[in-house]
Amino acid sequence: MKEARYTAPETLDEAVALLASANGSGRVLAGGTDLLVQMRAGTAKPGLIVDVKKIPEMTTITEKDGSYRIGAAVSGAVIGEHEGLRKAWPGIVEAVNLIGSTQVQGRASAGGNLCNASPAADSVPAMVAAGAMVTIQGPKGRREIPAEKVNAGPGRTTLAPGEIVVSFTLPVRPRNSGDAYLRLIPRTEMDIAVVGCGVSLTMDGDRCTAARVSLGAVAPTVLLVEDAGKALVGSTLDDGALEAAAAACRAACKPIDDKRGTIVYRTKIAGVLLKRAAAIAAERARSH
Amino acid sequence: MSKTHVTTTINGEPVEFLCDTSQTVLDVLRDQLGLTGSKEGCGSGDCGACSIIVDGRLVCGCLMLGAEAEGCRIETIEGMAAGDHLHPLQKRFVEMAALQCGICTPGFLVASKALLDRNPNPTETEVRYWLAGNLCRCTGYDKIIRAVMDVAAELRETAR
Ligand SMILES: Cc1cc2nc3c(=O)[nH]c(=O)nc-3n(C[C@H](O)[C@H](O)[C@H](O)COP(=O)(O)OP(=O)(O)OC[C@H]3O[C@@H](n4cnc5c(N)ncnc54)[C@H](O)[C@@H]3O)c2cc1C
Ligand code: FES
Ligand code: FES
Repeated sequence: MKEARYTAPETLDEAVALLASANGSGRVLAGGTDLLVQMRAGTAKPGLIVDVKKIPEMTTITEKDGSYRIGAAVSGAVIGEHEGLRKAWPGIVEAVNLIGSTQVQGRASAGGNLCNASPAADSVPAMVAAGAMVTIQGPKGRREIPAEKVNAGPGRTTLAPGEIVVSFTLPVRPRNSGDAYLRLIPRTEMDIAVVGCGVSLTMDGDRCTAARVSLGAVAPTVLLVEDAGKALVGSTLDDGALEAAAAACRAACKPIDDKRGTIVYRTKIAGVLLKRAAAIAAERARSH
Repeated sequence: MSKTHVTTTINGEPVEFLCDTSQTVLDVLRDQLGLTGSKEGCGSGDCGACSIIVDGRLVCGCLMLGAEAEGCRIETIEGMAAGDHLHPLQKRFVEMAALQCGICTPGFLVASKALLDRNPNPTETEVRYWLAGNLCRCTGYDKIIRAVMDVAAELRETAR
């Protein structure tokens, strides 16, 4: 087997240049919890590995005027210990922390979760519901796109060759906002989501003034379900509004049938999780 | 073929090695440095037998490249006992029969130590979740959980 070359550049410019020089055989290495498994299985055969964990912008969490920026390679463990994020975005933190075991958390990143492009990736629905903007740097410079625009299908992204996800920027959090992420798995730990649901909303008294809903594992990519958010906005999150949002979730599902869940089951569960996640997000919004 | 030269610290000792890019830290520890305490159960992050602590974080040795160890501080099961003096976790695992075949044991010990180092007073639920990435096909887990809870209480007592 031809050995890959390992590099660990300290700047983004260098990392982008290295990837560009690899003629498509370069791979970004963040926590390696997907990439190393794929290399071992022979499904990934990189000629060049670009370890991005020496790039400060990608490994730090910063806050500016109430907006958080999470470096794409920050590990789940570090995100879970961040007091500010836990307060402002508990749904993102719980979603990231659901990825794998303690050992996996020590390395796995939100950037890797997004770029691996599994439809069942746990942190992605939470990021999409939050309205996270993804900063991308590549040979043509920098651009920003919403989190829901990064995945193109199972294992596929919209990133151009040589592009690197640098960070996630979260919007300024209005008062009385809350988010939540729930997934259904057959076990209590260490499994892949049958359905995942992220909800982020803002309340004004009893009334919901803003809401975003996202579903995972029910379509080739994580979905932003705009109609579900619309069904919640203006309501008091009463049963009628919740059922309308759940119906929008079910309508958005295009799941597969597999050993983890049938199409019928996944579709039904999407609505159930929406209602439960919305209740948790609303509770958090009241106390935020 | 170019190998990567790595300078690192393992159990407090400075160590240098050369590795291929595809070699994991676990491969380097076991095959090159003779530190065979860390085990390979699955090689895919599922079993935790390869658990090591890198810069204070519990990780799977099978999911980290040897080349990534440059400048890191690595702790393995070999560093747990002080000479012949077993760590309280090691002692209790033996006394309470928290192992049978033993292949999972180094991983459980390293993972449990990482937990107690940051949380000296975990609940049983916290212990069970923390160790969810360590698989054991022999003990049924209960004896392991009891041993960890026991040692936590013991360490809190001596810390007083
Ligand atoms: C035992 C185990 C359990 C797991 N459990 C879960 C789970 O419960 N839920 C879940 O969602 N996932 C789970 N995973 C999958 C994996 O841990 C996650 O997808 C993780 O977030 C990947 O992050 P990473 O930093 O390790 O990515 P890496 O493996 O480093 O990278 C993943 C992919 O993304 C690319 N990439 C990484 N970062 C960037 C970047 N910044 N820019 C461009 N491309 C990039 C890499 O080239 C690679 O193709 C599990 C994995 C294991 C081994
Ligand atoms: S050998 Fe590393 S987790 Fe199983
Ligand atoms: S003692 Fe045999 S696997 Fe745990």
